[in-house]
Amino acid sequence: MLNLWRFISRFNAFFLLIIYLTLSLILLIRNNDFQRASTFNTSNQIIGNIYQRVNIINKYLNLASVNDSLVKENLQLRSQLSVNFFNDSLKTRLIKDTVHQVQYEYILAEVVNKTITSRNNYITINKGRKHGIQKGMGVSGPNGVVGIVWNVSEEFSSIQSILHEDTRITSSIENTPYFGPLIWEGGDPSIVTLTDIPNQLNLKINERVITSGLGVIFPKGIPIGRVIKSGVKGGGSFLDIYVKLATNFYALQYVYVIKNDFKNQQESLENLNKESVND
Amino acid sequence: MINIIKNILRFIVLISIQVFLLKNLVIYGLNIPYLYILFIILLPFQTPNWLLFTLAFITGLTVDIFSDTLGLHACACVILAFFRTIIINLTVQEESYESQPIPALGIMGLRWFFFYALILTLVHHFFLLNFEVFRFTEIISTITRVLISTSFTLILIFISELIFFKRKTR
Repeated sequence: MLNLWRFISRFNAFFLLIIYLTLSLILLIRNNDFQRASTFNTSNQIIGNIYQRVNIINKYLNLASVNDSLVKENLQLRSQLSVNFFNDSLKTRLIKDTVHQVQYEYILAEVVNKTITSRNNYITINKGRKHGIQKGMGVSGPNGVVGIVWNVSEEFSSIQSILHEDTRITSSIENTPYFGPLIWEGGDPSIVTLTDIPNQLNLKINERVITSGLGVIFPKGIPIGRVIKSGVKGGGSFLDIYVKLATNFYALQYVYVIKNDFKNQQESLENLNKESVND
Repeated sequence: MINIIKNILRFIVLISIQVFLLKNLVIYGLNIPYLYILFIILLPFQTPNWLLFTLAFITGLTVDIFSDTLGLHACACVILAFFRTIIINLTVQEESYESQPIPALGIMGLRWFFFYALILTLVHHFFLLNFEVFRFTEIISTITRVLISTSFTLILIFISELIFFKRKTR
């Protein structure tokens, strides 16, 4: 026993090293596979508050580019106003639409922290559970899709951005019926890959890629980016399409969180299908 | 006592620079310098090993909490501290600790400090980036990232060392 004690006290620093190493490895692996400990990430109140203070400086520096993108968005919205379209029908009828109901609501939020350079990137925003944000909601920026809400605290939430191994956003090419998951293979943070598109599709460079509207996260037609290159990988029957993202993650300052009011209805219906198959 | 205060100040300053400034400094799309390891590199020679490992672990964990990567920096920092003990055991005699208290550029000379900082930075970045990617198929791109990040961190280490340069008076 005494010998054992002598042994431990002689090499106590080395034991400490082993303990720390295992501890950090456990933390690392737990974080990759399971839910991230929500107390220790940036949706935490204290860290979130510090980042928000520091972010005031960033906001001033980016003011010009934010203004620029807002003006562009305004321009786009204005061009969609019905006033701008020439009306060539002889008679107009007024239809009072009482059935029309809002399905998607948008919540404006400000980016307080973001990573772009890691293999798995997250964005923290300054709206949380208090403002009606829940896990799994879609997030888009002024130019296009940004990611999916991951963790939510009382006043902050963190977003798993498109630039993440596990993010799969179902998207399609505008005016075609085909759709597939969008994945990021690492490397350049402005280029993602659209997979599972059948190769009979005659694809042109610069065609717009949009969200498909399948699933409950994004409405149809939110821009994602433009096609820059396509090719068949490994002789398969599916195309790998490289897409230049419309969202510039470096300049991202404001995002919209998309709330689907019919999400529960659609999901419970789909779960019903699964249950009846199991019976 | 002065030494302890100096080290605490250095810790706070380096961590703030890392998490508020350098994290946003991106070179070639994927490489950031990790200057905060200078804190572990510059700890005095006489720091006992258990304290060294503990401080390394705390440093890494602090950076982790700020960058959403729990365990990643902590792991790389503990490995860095371990390599530091090996290199110092091999190259510095215990008797000279009196005249050469800390492994700084002004005290140990350019050549020794360059190799010391180079090896430690390489080790830290190698483990950090590989644990971040966590797969072997991307090893070539990871190693290029390690090399670019290392050279950038080294430049920053030398700049900060030259700003606070103090020649040893014999």
